[in-house]
Amino acid sequence: MKLLIRSGRLVDPASGLERVGDLAIAGGRIVAVGTAPSEFEAERTIDASGLVVVPGLVDLAARLREPGHEHEGMLESELAAAAAGGVTSLVCPPDTDPPLDEPGLVEMLKFRARKLSRCRVFPLGALTRGLAGESLTEMAELTESGCVGFSQADAPVRNTQTLMRALQYAATFGYTVWLRPQDPWLGSGVAASGAVATRLGLSGVPAAAETVALFTIFELMRSTGARVHLERMSSAAGVELLRRAKGEGLPVTADVSINSLHLTDVDIGYFDSTFRLSPPLRQQRDRDALRQALADGTIDALVSDHTPVAADEKTLPFAEATPGATGLELLLGLALVWGEAQGLGLPATLARITSEPARVLGSAIGTLAASAGRLVEGGVADLCLFDPAARWQVTPDALASQGKHTPFGFASSGFELVGRVRTTLVAGLVAFERGRIDA
Amino acid sequence: MLSRRNPQLNRHGELIHLLSIEGLPRAVISQILDTAGTFLSVNERDVKKVPLLRGKSVFNLFFENSTRTRTTFEIAAKRLSADVINLDIARSSTAKGESLLDTIANLSAMHADMFVVRHGESGAPYLIAEHCAPHVHVVNAGDGRHAHPTQGLLDMYTIRHFKSDFTQLTVAIVGDIVHSRVARSDIHALTTLGVPEIRAVGPKTLVPNDLSAMGVRVCHDMVEGIRDADVVIMLRLQNERMSGAMLPSAGEYFKRFGLTADKLALAKPDAIVMHPGPINRGVEIDSSVADGRASVILPQVTFGIAVRMAVMSTIAGNEA
Amino acid sequence: MTTDLTLDAEALYAALRDGVRRLLADQHDAVLVGIWSGGAWLAERLQADLGLAGEAGVITSTLHRDDFAERGLAADRGSTKLPFAVDGQRIVLIDDVLNTGRTIRAVLNELYDFGRPASVTLAVLVDRGGRELPIEPAFAAARVTLAPGQRLALARDGQRLRFELRDGP
Repeated sequence: MKLLIRSGRLVDPASGLERVGDLAIAGGRIVAVGTAPSEFEAERTIDASGLVVVPGLVDLAARLREPGHEHEGMLESELAAAAAGGVTSLVCPPDTDPPLDEPGLVEMLKFRARKLSRCRVFPLGALTRGLAGESLTEMAELTESGCVGFSQADAPVRNTQTLMRALQYAATFGYTVWLRPQDPWLGSGVAASGAVATRLGLSGVPAAAETVALFTIFELMRSTGARVHLERMSSAAGVELLRRAKGEGLPVTADVSINSLHLTDVDIGYFDSTFRLSPPLRQQRDRDALRQALADGTIDALVSDHTPVAADEKTLPFAEATPGATGLELLLGLALVWGEAQGLGLPATLARITSEPARVLGSAIGTLAASAGRLVEGGVADLCLFDPAARWQVTPDALASQGKHTPFGFASSGFELVGRVRTTLVAGLVAFERGRIDA
Repeated sequence: MLSRRNPQLNRHGELIHLLSIEGLPRAVISQILDTAGTFLSVNERDVKKVPLLRGKSVFNLFFENSTRTRTTFEIAAKRLSADVINLDIARSSTAKGESLLDTIANLSAMHADMFVVRHGESGAPYLIAEHCAPHVHVVNAGDGRHAHPTQGLLDMYTIRHFKSDFTQLTVAIVGDIVHSRVARSDIHALTTLGVPEIRAVGPKTLVPNDLSAMGVRVCHDMVEGIRDADVVIMLRLQNERMSGAMLPSAGEYFKRFGLTADKLALAKPDAIVMHPGPINRGVEIDSSVADGRASVILPQVTFGIAVRMAVMSTIAGNEA
Repeated sequence: MTTDLTLDAEALYAALRDGVRRLLADQHDAVLVGIWSGGAWLAERLQADLGLAGEAGVITSTLHRDDFAERGLAADRGSTKLPFAVDGQRIVLIDDVLNTGRTIRAVLNELYDFGRPASVTLAVLVDRGGRELPIEPAFAAARVTLAPGQRLALARDGQRLRFELRDGP
């Protein structure tokens, strides 16, 4: 379909472009940025005045809960949530049930997602069979079925020799290994070590759980030459080590979740299990370090860490509750809050959820790499149109996701988000629209 | 972020649940201690019952076994003329997979008026208080390592009985503080009541330095910790500490941190020795001290019943 | 504060003293028990003025009140101190203002927690009527009628007694 998006504030973080203009789309691709060609006959025109037009968001961590956890989420609801959040490409971890350690499972997932046409799904394959941390998966076969990297999700590889071999094997093919820097024993607590955990009598996770794991990961990277993406940085000390590793030239990238970027352990309050998260929320100092690191590029991408949890797994004593929060629909608004507080303009802010995550994925997403997360002529028409002034409250009804638990819920936090998605396009087709705004 | 109201207090600042000493105004604590005094005299009469909770059903929900604590709550409730039902949850429906909140909903359907809850996880009583019917009151009988507020209150009653003025005291708490809900409740109560010096004494694995955030002075040397103390509170050492690689043996612990007569001699001559019980003789405390002149361990038990009567009658009289 | 009614507490006390003296004449070994707080002040003075040995008892209704569910435990409530054995004892209860009779009912229940008295007689400074239970004093120094919303209470300045009359609780 030939689509014209008129008078929007076009922002392309990769190039720094920020101007009011038009976007012409045909055959699922962007044919013009800024001014439509005179002979362009649109079948539909969207009036984007007052709206910001950016590349569709790229979220490097969103759990879809299928297969296996359908009582918590299904592809239909979670991809609808992605579209409502302006996310056009997402990476999902392999901790489904069964885990994504067989090409058939990956193919089925991709097939189901493609049929829904709401969002591009890029699965991570399991690094070890069953995520058990013992034997390797068929990484080449899994990559062929569509995996963009390999991960253990939150399951540790306790045996350092196995971890080293997994990294070595992945390095053979240039695959990226995505790892949570968390020592399994030091990381077994339920809240970050500190005054709050002490006062509440909750078992603590010291920052050493992250730094000890980082030291190990970086050493193994040096000896194997593997590329690693670090999932969910959480501490100031960890950020320091990451900075030094990048300075040394190690092929490492990293992300941080919307939760760690905005919240601290104090927010747990009276044992509110909405704040039961992994990694646990740390102190103010850590939050400030994470915010700064995301601004200066030490941390490459901001992710939603979308994890729908069923109500009966949250209404439990804090330590027994399942960690996780819904996030796909909050990624944009929370990125904007952070960007404004850091004094960054729109392009720099939005880069962290568009062009930078796309860069982290790199050639793993194939031909899409040329245009994912960018507004470029000839590129795929994956777009997010949002109203930068719209205020909204996060209530269960306002969310398309089956996961309703979020620390940013209005009822408990009084928090209002600014910035709301109006229209999302994937390959030039409307994946989501909050009321038609045709000209 | 919105500030969250203390779930223990109603809109008028009156106590409707007792979940933790934290966040309780000093006036509320003093009032409970004064009321406990009244009930202490009731417990010395021939007729030890008063009708304040007559017709009310108190359910003891003990997810963690404890015959002694449960018994004192049962005695206290019965002296207030309440009907008491004991639920040994550890062995019943939750073991079959019934969720905590389903258990509470079922019990509420049986017209419970008060839940006395002991649970192995910190925060469980808060969850129960949040989800039970508005007229139901919750008393925390111990949650994980977070709080044991009735023990904290009876410890304060004991100190007040023997020492009168909190603002002149040095109190030493000795033992496994990091895992102790009794210690946390005692520390909150002592700070609220204005005790100027509270010392936390024990090895680093049991008394880490970051405990000072709670307002205590951390001492890793018992001699320094006990010196000139007016009150010494000894905590029980559990076997899990040895198997969890926090201590090598009970013997070495006793040599360094056990309370013997010579260590006690370093405290003030009229110092009192307290222990929440049950005591491990020869592990944290020597028999001669536990049974000696300075020990007020048995009065603590007597005061415990009166304090629990005070807590239950106070909260039952306030509307949510 | 209304001044339609002037009650001279000291004058009424004198009448109470004479009335209690007559009651005690018929019960030689009876003891005085004052209901906290106003009744207790009266009993203390009566004990001295009537030349009685020992101390008057003090009793509080707090633990047996029938309004616990609405009002909870009162903050200032005194405590019961009875320096005698209740079993087989004749008792004269002293109170300042008698109204519905519920306080007396609660005090009787409290008394019974200590034993079985031989008899209980009631002497009050003011009977303001409005009874909701079948309770009658053997002696009242004054009988008055007040509006239901008005509250009459005894106050003490040093040793001098006076009444306070208020609209509302």
